[in-house]
Amino acid sequence: MNALLAEYLPILIFLGIAVGLVCAMLGGSYLLARQNPDSEKLSPFECGFAPFGDARGQFDVRFYLVAILFIIFDLEVAFLFPWAVALGDIGVVGFWSMMLFLAVLTVGFIYEWKKGALEWE
Amino acid sequence: MTLMQFFTQHWLGQGLVIVAQCLAVTLPLLVAVAYMTYADRKIWGMIQLRRGPNVVGPFGLLQPLADGAKLFLKETIIPSGASKVLFILAPMITFITALIAWAVVPFDDGWVIADINVGILYLFAISSLGVYGVIIAGWASNSKYAFLGALRSAAQMVSYEVSIGFVLITVLLCAGSLNLSTIVKMQDGGVWNWYFLPLFPMFIIFFISCLAETNRTPFDLPMSEAELVAGFHTEYSAMAFGLFFLGEYANMILLSGMGAVLFLGGWHPPLPFEPFTWVPGVVWFALKIALLLFVFSWTKGTVPRYRYDQLMRLGWKVFLPFSLVWVVITAAFVTYARGH
Repeated sequence: MNALLAEYLPILIFLGIAVGLVCAMLGGSYLLARQNPDSEKLSPFECGFAPFGDARGQFDVRFYLVAILFIIFDLEVAFLFPWAVALGDIGVVGFWSMMLFLAVLTVGFIYEWKKGALEWE
Repeated sequence: MTLMQFFTQHWLGQGLVIVAQCLAVTLPLLVAVAYMTYADRKIWGMIQLRRGPNVVGPFGLLQPLADGAKLFLKETIIPSGASKVLFILAPMITFITALIAWAVVPFDDGWVIADINVGILYLFAISSLGVYGVIIAGWASNSKYAFLGALRSAAQMVSYEVSIGFVLITVLLCAGSLNLSTIVKMQDGGVWNWYFLPLFPMFIIFFISCLAETNRTPFDLPMSEAELVAGFHTEYSAMAFGLFFLGEYANMILLSGMGAVLFLGGWHPPLPFEPFTWVPGVVWFALKIALLLFVFSWTKGTVPRYRYDQLMRLGWKVFLPFSLVWVVITAAFVTYARGH
């Protein structure tokens, strides 16, 4: 087997064990405990009232905005990973080219800050 | 073929060794999770001048087992409006991701299940997947509290993950490797070589972000009882809830382990001479994790809850710019001071 892939084999086995463990815990509990559902138990909790309306309605767009900003910055971090490891080899040129990249992103960050995308009043 | 050859050369023997290694990590971890809940409650008890659990067994030591048995024997309720497959899948994702991340954590020199060369990236990726468990739980429950709790939780987790990412970059810049064992080895030779000293502000940001990542006080808004009942796991019962509970604590232990590896020298003793070197590395590692976990509980016992806008402000407007600037400073130092 490919040596690189062989390194990941233990993770795959661990994943299998974890899945097995979780299924055993959930399944064992389901089989052992007495199941006696009724319609009141199965209705969603709403402080004792009968639920009105569906839960999957509108929600604040800012949650969506946070998710988009997260993708930008998480990608930035993903770009930084190989750069950080190789910085000792690529030296001054590598350092300044990444600074240029970060500067561009910082401009975007300042823009969204000024636009109020980070405000949660 | 001798027994030794069977375990080192035959594929079945090697497989069995890996399975044994996985179990050797998983079982102590589950015990640690159980007793972390006990320690947590004892510490809050002490802070609030109460006794904490003290009825089941001596000093209440059997309390976690009693809790586990109770959760195991309760009825599994799946709400009629829920998406049933996703509803069951969500706690499984939370727990599995909390568990398999341990595959790359080095407990001692060479004591690691998979010593992959991108260990820290793997850890970052797997801990990011935890947010799926939360958001799927909130969506699948089809309950307003669960849905709002999940939205808050997910937004909070991704916000602080960004600053954790930048913190990891600063450690990488110092260590020059993505392999966790190498990062630990770079911190050999006593407490003054551990990364928490040169990167002290990053260590603090890392720890606070860990509190936010695991939805712990002062960032436990998704579960703020007065508003959202129990947040994203309002509708969960029995073992499905138990898995969220175990997953949350396993995640706390994992992030403490990450903190120990990245900033506190992993398995290295604080002073590089006898009698400190007599103690096995895995014990030092466990002690460091225990120390960080104690601070988790301590924080929960003493700090009031944040408001949601304060939480987002701290994450995006304080931690993100600050850690970004620190990445630049560290990189400049590595390039100019160490390069020449």
